[in-house]
Amino acid sequence: MNQQFLLGKFWNPDTVLETLKKFKEENVLVYDVYSPFPIHGIEPYLNIKRTRLTVAAFIYGAMGTTTALLLMGLVFGVIWPMDIGGKPSLPWPSFVPITFELTVLFAAHGMVITFLIVGRYWPGKKAVLMDDRQTDDIFVIAIDKAKIENESIVREWLHQFGAHEVTEKEITSS
Amino acid sequence: MSHVRSSIRQKWVTNTTKYGQITDGISAPIEAKPNMLWLFFTAISGGVMLMGFGLIGWTFYKGIGAWGLNPTVGWAFDITNFVFWVGIGHAGTLISAVLLLFRQEWRNSINRASEAMTIFAVLCAAIFPLIHMGRPWMAGWFGPLPNTRGSLWVNFNSPLMWDVFAISTYLTVSLVFWYLGMVPDFASLRDRFARAGRKIASAVYGVLSFGWEGSSRNWSRFEIVSLILSGLATPLVLSVHSIVSMDFATSVIPGWHTTIFPPYFVAGAIFSGFGMVQTLMIVTRKVYKLEDYITLDHMESIAKIVIATGSLVGLAYMTEFFTAWYSGSLWERYAFANRMFGPFAFAYWIMFSCNVITPQLFWFKSLRRNMVFTFIISLFINVGMWFERFVIIVTSLHRDFLPSSWAGYYPTWVEAGILAGTFGLFMFCFFLFSKFLPVVNMFEVKTLVHDIEKPDHLKEKEAVAG
Repeated sequence: MNQQFLLGKFWNPDTVLETLKKFKEENVLVYDVYSPFPIHGIEPYLNIKRTRLTVAAFIYGAMGTTTALLLMGLVFGVIWPMDIGGKPSLPWPSFVPITFELTVLFAAHGMVITFLIVGRYWPGKKAVLMDDRQTDDIFVIAIDKAKIENESIVREWLHQFGAHEVTEKEITSS
Repeated sequence: MSHVRSSIRQKWVTNTTKYGQITDGISAPIEAKPNMLWLFFTAISGGVMLMGFGLIGWTFYKGIGAWGLNPTVGWAFDITNFVFWVGIGHAGTLISAVLLLFRQEWRNSINRASEAMTIFAVLCAAIFPLIHMGRPWMAGWFGPLPNTRGSLWVNFNSPLMWDVFAISTYLTVSLVFWYLGMVPDFASLRDRFARAGRKIASAVYGVLSFGWEGSSRNWSRFEIVSLILSGLATPLVLSVHSIVSMDFATSVIPGWHTTIFPPYFVAGAIFSGFGMVQTLMIVTRKVYKLEDYITLDHMESIAKIVIATGSLVGLAYMTEFFTAWYSGSLWERYAFANRMFGPFAFAYWIMFSCNVITPQLFWFKSLRRNMVFTFIISLFINVGMWFERFVIIVTSLHRDFLPSSWAGYYPTWVEAGILAGTFGLFMFCFFLFSKFLPVVNMFEVKTLVHDIEKPDHLKEKEAVAG
């Protein structure tokens, strides 16, 4: 299915935010904003919810903790208990470092892998660009044309708020 | 940027009013043909690296007997080099993770190169425990694998085992953190090369960029992931050198058996790492003309951290010495007296003067901002911190409990060559990095530019349109 986008291109991130504020007030649904760096404070205008990756990281971390404790507990407690100078065969304090390391290992890698899957990123994926300078110095507000009522007034607003160019682009979505 | 910002706040990027300038400036060395100077130094460091690998091969062929070790001094150059290189790595994580949590803006332009430094340093470090085994093909035995070797399991009580987990976690997590930060910059390079019509380069950076297009939804996730990664990397970096210090501290050797070791090693690691950051950054900013992004203010901030950590290290030396005397233990007292006045006294005093005395000169603002002076001091710090590890390891071992077991230690040319080889490896990797990857984090530096102007390409377009 092909999607038609109305694109407003800006060179100043501050004007992007002002435009988005206007669109929010006027209930113009913005598809996404493409920028060379993160624009702070943009989330409420695009209805972006706080990511749950933090929760995922916690769960992965907990898995790491469990793995470490199970591994060491099983080896030293069940499979091969050792008596070294009469010391206990399950020395919990000396399990702390490895438990910590595995927690971090699982949390970090698990979270990054999830991030790549959620954002659908993989090596060699072809980027769909709205403007070939959106990773350099151009900011693009993309609006799905099927979801706007009055296109001409949206165009006018884009110009009014400082877009140096307003164009259209058709994206073939797979 | 969008938030309200006081005009008196420090500016970390100078002479820059357009985002495109940053992309141009940082991509320039990647786009240019390699010059003779770069080829020359890369070839030299590559040669030294190959020599190091050759000597490692020689060690495997001859056995550890090719080194100057003896039954009394069983750890010497190799473990010194291991601790030295792991320590160097710490500054990168500190800059990228801890300074991110503290919202220090000056980290943005130096984090990329220092993270690269971390990874190359940890790679160099990882070589030493492996080759010290003498039979490195047995390294797999460190893995806590299911019991197929006749009921033989690793000892989870051993700090050496903790080290295996700590170093491998540290290396892989740092690598992921570094790579993830580069993804948006790879996308910038991909699109730049595509605009310039350089298809192969564009395709290569395209593969590396994972199809990044800079959508706000993904930026939002990206920032949270970076934040959580730094939250994880911060305790990780402290744990890694604490665990390295426990390799020594949990033993019964006088001079090693002290509770001060974990904080002392961590402070020393950050100190040595920042010394190396100074050495590399002073050259990098000059050669690649990055003075507008890595300003004198950046170098001054680094120098301030060097004073702080250098003083902590000095405090640790004195505390250690005081405690040895105050403990009343004959062995402890002797170990420290021997460090200062024994056969390896030269190493102790090199360490003390390089690490405690010279960084104090950074109290003078004019010296902090003098790059020639800072460069020289940073070399002193690198030397001093190598000797610190040498002093801790060799002087604590060479005079054993029984005088009949006392021994000396001289490194052989094989050991010295392997040390030189790791410097070659480190520099070789750094030279490749500085040529093919963006040395400064472009997208993060862009967030530091305020009072933005219209890009040149738009002005040109308008002029053409009349």
